[in-house]
Amino acid sequence: MINSIILVAATRLLTALLLLFSIFMLLRGHNLPGGGFIGGLIGATGYVLYAIAQGAEATRRALRYEPQNIAMVGLGIALAAGVFAAFFGDAFFTGQWWFAGADPSDPDDKGLPISSVLVFDIGVYLVVFGSILTLVLALEEEV
Amino acid sequence: MAKTGAEVPRVYGGPAGWISVAIPAAIFAFMLQFVAPVAAGQPVLLGLDWVPSMDIRLSVLIDGLSLTFALLISGIGMLVTLYSTKYLGTHPEYPRFVLFLMLFMVGMLGLVLADNLIALFVFWEITTISSYLLIGFSSDEAKSRRSALQALLVTGTGGLALLAGMILLGNVAGSFELSVILQQGDAIRAHPLYVPIVILFLAGAFTKSAQFPFHFWLPNAMAAPTPVSAYLHSATMVKGGVYLMARMNPALGETDLWFWALVIAGGFTTVFASILAVRQTDIKQVLAYTTLMALGALTLFIGAGTADAIKGMMTFLVVHSLYKAALFLMIGIVDHETGTRDVDTLRGLGRKMPLTFLGGAIAALSMAGIPPLVGFIGKEFLYKAGLGLDTASLWVTGCIFAASALMFVAAGISVLRPFTGKLAPTPQAPHEGPWAMWIGPLLLGAFSLGFGLFPDTIEAWLVAPGTWAVYGDYGYSVDLYLFREVNAAFLLSLATFATGAVLYAVHRPMRDRLGRLFEANPIKFDPGWDRVLDGLKALAAWQTNILQSGVLQRYIFTIFLTLAVGIGATLWARDVLNFSVDWTGDLDGLLFKHWAVLIFITSGAILTALTSSRMTAIAALGVVGIGVALIFIMFSAPDVAITQLLVETLVVVLVAVAMLKLPHLGLAKDRGRRPVHAALAGTVGVLVTLVMVAVLQGDIDRRITDYFEVASWPEAYGRNIVNVILVDFRAIDTFGEIAVVVIAALAAYALLRGTRYGAPADKEEDRT
Amino acid sequence: MELLIAIMVGVLVAASVYLMLARNVLRFLFGLILISNAANLIIFASGRLTPESPPLIPAGADAPVELVANALPQALVLTAIVIGFGLFAFALTLVYRTYQNLGTLNSDEMRLAEPEETGK
Repeated sequence: MINSIILVAATRLLTALLLLFSIFMLLRGHNLPGGGFIGGLIGATGYVLYAIAQGAEATRRALRYEPQNIAMVGLGIALAAGVFAAFFGDAFFTGQWWFAGADPSDPDDKGLPISSVLVFDIGVYLVVFGSILTLVLALEEEV
Repeated sequence: MAKTGAEVPRVYGGPAGWISVAIPAAIFAFMLQFVAPVAAGQPVLLGLDWVPSMDIRLSVLIDGLSLTFALLISGIGMLVTLYSTKYLGTHPEYPRFVLFLMLFMVGMLGLVLADNLIALFVFWEITTISSYLLIGFSSDEAKSRRSALQALLVTGTGGLALLAGMILLGNVAGSFELSVILQQGDAIRAHPLYVPIVILFLAGAFTKSAQFPFHFWLPNAMAAPTPVSAYLHSATMVKGGVYLMARMNPALGETDLWFWALVIAGGFTTVFASILAVRQTDIKQVLAYTTLMALGALTLFIGAGTADAIKGMMTFLVVHSLYKAALFLMIGIVDHETGTRDVDTLRGLGRKMPLTFLGGAIAALSMAGIPPLVGFIGKEFLYKAGLGLDTASLWVTGCIFAASALMFVAAGISVLRPFTGKLAPTPQAPHEGPWAMWIGPLLLGAFSLGFGLFPDTIEAWLVAPGTWAVYGDYGYSVDLYLFREVNAAFLLSLATFATGAVLYAVHRPMRDRLGRLFEANPIKFDPGWDRVLDGLKALAAWQTNILQSGVLQRYIFTIFLTLAVGIGATLWARDVLNFSVDWTGDLDGLLFKHWAVLIFITSGAILTALTSSRMTAIAALGVVGIGVALIFIMFSAPDVAITQLLVETLVVVLVAVAMLKLPHLGLAKDRGRRPVHAALAGTVGVLVTLVMVAVLQGDIDRRITDYFEVASWPEAYGRNIVNVILVDFRAIDTFGEIAVVVIAALAAYALLRGTRYGAPADKEEDRT
Repeated sequence: MELLIAIMVGVLVAASVYLMLARNVLRFLFGLILISNAANLIIFASGRLTPESPPLIPAGADAPVELVANALPQALVLTAIVIGFGLFAFALTLVYRTYQNLGTLNSDEMRLAEPEETGK
C-alpha cells in the first residue's frame, strides 16, 4: 500500500477504465487483436493497480467475490461452452452459432452473432482474471 | 482373515454383498444364450472400435474355449461371492474386498473374451493387479504383503514379456485381432521371429499359470482369504496362462519347440507339485499344490497337441475347476467353523458338518478319479491321449500316472482324514456353516456327479466346442463316455487306485521322509526369490545414490548436460550442419530499430546473468521482456505482443512485492564451479542456435496455417485468426491451458495460506 | 532477421542455463523467466517472421488477401506466455514460502525432504 493521494485518487478512475477496456478487448477479440487472455490480463492489471494503491483488503471488498471462485467459475463456463456442442451431436468444443436478426438470403449479413465460442472466451477471461488476482492478492497480504 | 477393527453387522454382506452375487449371476445367465450357437460350431464375433488408428478394437470372440472359461468364471464367481457374504460379510473392509473381486472378474472375463491382443493384455494385467490386491487383502500381515508382492512381480514380469511377444506377433501377422492371427498359423511358424515370440508368450503363460520354475508364488498366494484362493488361484486366474496357451495353439503350436517346452515344463510341474502336495500339513497348502499339479497337466496336454490330448485337456479343465473350487470352499468352511486347517488336528468332522462333508466328499472322489464322477472321465481321457501319442508317450503317461496316484492320496488327506474317525478337539467347537457357504460345494458336486453320469451334456456344451477352438479343426468328432470296454487306459486307472491306496496308507511316514529330503535340498525357490529381490533393492539403492544426490544444482547440471550431449550427438550423427548460411539475405532490410531490440535483449540477458544486485537483475529482466514484446510487434503479432507486455508488467509487480521479504542475492559462494557452469551454459546456447539455424534453413510446412487462414471466416466467423485458433479450432487445448493456470494459482494460494511450518530449528518435531 | 534472432536466443539460453545452475534459487527463478522468453522466441521465429501484416482477415474477404504472418506459432506462443506466467508465479511463491520456512535461498541447505545421509 502506497500513501500517495494522487495515486489513490487516480486508481479509482484508472481501474474502472481498465475494466471497461478489458471488456472491450474481450468482445472485439474475434475479429481484431484482443480476446479472453488479453482481456483477462488487462482487467487483472486494473485491480492489481488498485491493490497497490489501496491495499489487498480494499481490493477484495471491491471485487465482492473471491478471485479463486471467479477463476473456477470461469473454468466451469469454458467447460460448459465446450460440452454444449455435444447436445447438438457435434464433437466437444465445436462452436455453435446463432445470427440474431440476420437476413438468411444475404450471406454477408450476420446480424448479431452470438456463439458458444464467445461464452468460451468469457470463461478464459474469468480464469485469467481470477487466477492472477488470486496470486497477487495472496502474495500482497502475505508481505 | 484379517482381524482388523470391529466386525460390522451386515445381512449377507449388505448391498455390496447382494450386488456382488447379482452381477456374476446376470453374466452367467447372459452367457448361457451362446451355448447353443457355439455348440453348433458357430463362434460369435462382436466388436467395437476403441483406438482405430492403432488397430486396437474392443472385440469379443465367443467360441468353445472362451465360452467354457466365461461360464466357469461367472458361475463359480457367483458361488464364491455368495460364499463370501458369510465368510467375510461382517469384515470392516468387506466392500473393498467385493470391489477387488468384481474388478478381477471383469478383467478375467475380458481376458478370455477379448479378440484383440492388446485388449487381452490390458485385461491380463487387470487380473494381475486385482490378484495383488486380493492376496494382500489382510494388509496388516507382513506375510500377506510379501506374498502379494511376489505374485505381482512374478506375473507382472511375465506380463511384460507377453506384451513384447504380442507386439512381435501382431507385426508378424499384420493384425492384432486373434480371429485373424489364428488363421495364419503356417506363416507365423515359418517366420524368423517365431522362436522369440514363443519364448515371450510362454514366459507370460508360465508365470501366470505357475509352471516350474515360476511355481513358487502360487502356494504363497494362499495367504489370501479362502474365497479368493478358490476363485483366483484355482478355478480362474491361474488358468489364464493355460487359456493363453490353448488360445494360441492353432497359431503357435505344432512345432518341436512348442511341443517340448510345454511337455517338459508341464510334466515336471505336475509330478513335482503332486509330490509337494502330499508333504503338506495345512490342507489349504495341499490343495494349492494339487492346483499346481492340474496346471502342469493342462500345459502338458496342450503341448502334446493331438486332438485326443486337447479333448482330454478341455475335459480335465472343466473337471478340475468343478472339484477344486468345491474343495477350497470346503476347507474355508472348516477353517471358519473350527479355526484350524491342520490335517493332524482335524478328525471326525463328518457328523458335525454333514453337508460340508457331502460337498467335499463328492469333490474329493472326483479328484481321486473314482467313477461315476466326472473326474474319472477326465483322468481316463488323459490316459488315453497319453497312450496314443507318437512321441514322448511314456513320459506323458508316466507323469500323469504318478500325479494321479498322488492326487488320490491328496484327496484322502484333504477330506477323508478330517471328516472321518473320532471327533478331535479344535480351537472352536465345530458346527455346520450357513447355507450360503455349503451351497457352493454342493452345487459344484452336483455338477461333478451330473456330468459324470451324463457325459454327453458336458461333451456337447463345453468340451467339443472347446476342443474345436483349441485344435483349430471344427470337423473333429468329440466323444466322451464313462465306460465302454476294458482297455489300457482303464487298466491304468485301476493301477492308479491301487498305487494311490497303498501310498495313502503310508502317507504319514512318507510325509516325514519327504520333508527331510526337501530340507536337505540346497535349491530353494522361495528364499532364492528373497535373494533376487534383495539384489534388486541393492541395485536400486546403488543407482539412486548416484543419480539422486538431493542437490538441485547437480540435477540441473545433469539435465542440461544430457540435453547438450543428446542434441550435439544428434546434430553430428544426422550431419545436419552441412548448409551454407545466407547472411546477406538475412541482414537485408534491417533497420536501426531491429538492431536496437537485438542489442537490448542480448545485453539484458547477459546483465541478468552476471549482476549481483537483484534490482539490476529485475530491471534487466524487464528489458528482455519488453524487447521480446517489441519483436512480436515488429513481426505482426499484435495479440502476442499485448499479452507479453501485460504479463511482463505483472511479473515485475509480483517480483517487486516478493522482494520486500526476500534477502539480497549476495555473491555466489561457488566461484570454483563457475567456469564449468559457464562452459556448459555456453555449449547449450550454441547448440540451441545451431538447431534453430538448421530449422530455419529447411522449408516451412504451412499446411495447417493455410487451413486456418481459409477456414477462419467461412467456418468460424472470425477475422482474427490467432483468436479463432485459440477459442474455436484448438479450444480443447486452450481449455487444458486455462485449467493449468487455475491449478497454478490455487496451488500458490494454498502455499501462501496453508499451514506455516516452524523455523528450521524445530522442524524435526514436525516430521515425526 | 531470423538468423540474428537465432544467435540472440543462443545468448538468452546460455544466460538462463548459467542462472539455473546457481545455488541461489532466486537466480534459478530469473533463469526460468529468461528461458521461457527464449522458448517463445524459438517457436515464434521458427514460423518465419513477416513484418507488418498481422494475421487478420480484412472486412469483406473470406481469407487473407495477401501473405500474412503465420498465425499458428502466434497462438502457441500466446498461451505459452500465460502458462509461463502461471509457472513463474507458482515458483515465486514456492521460493518465498521456502525462504520463510527454512530461512535460506541456498538450495543446498534445503534438505528437509532428503536429509543428508550421515555415516557414509
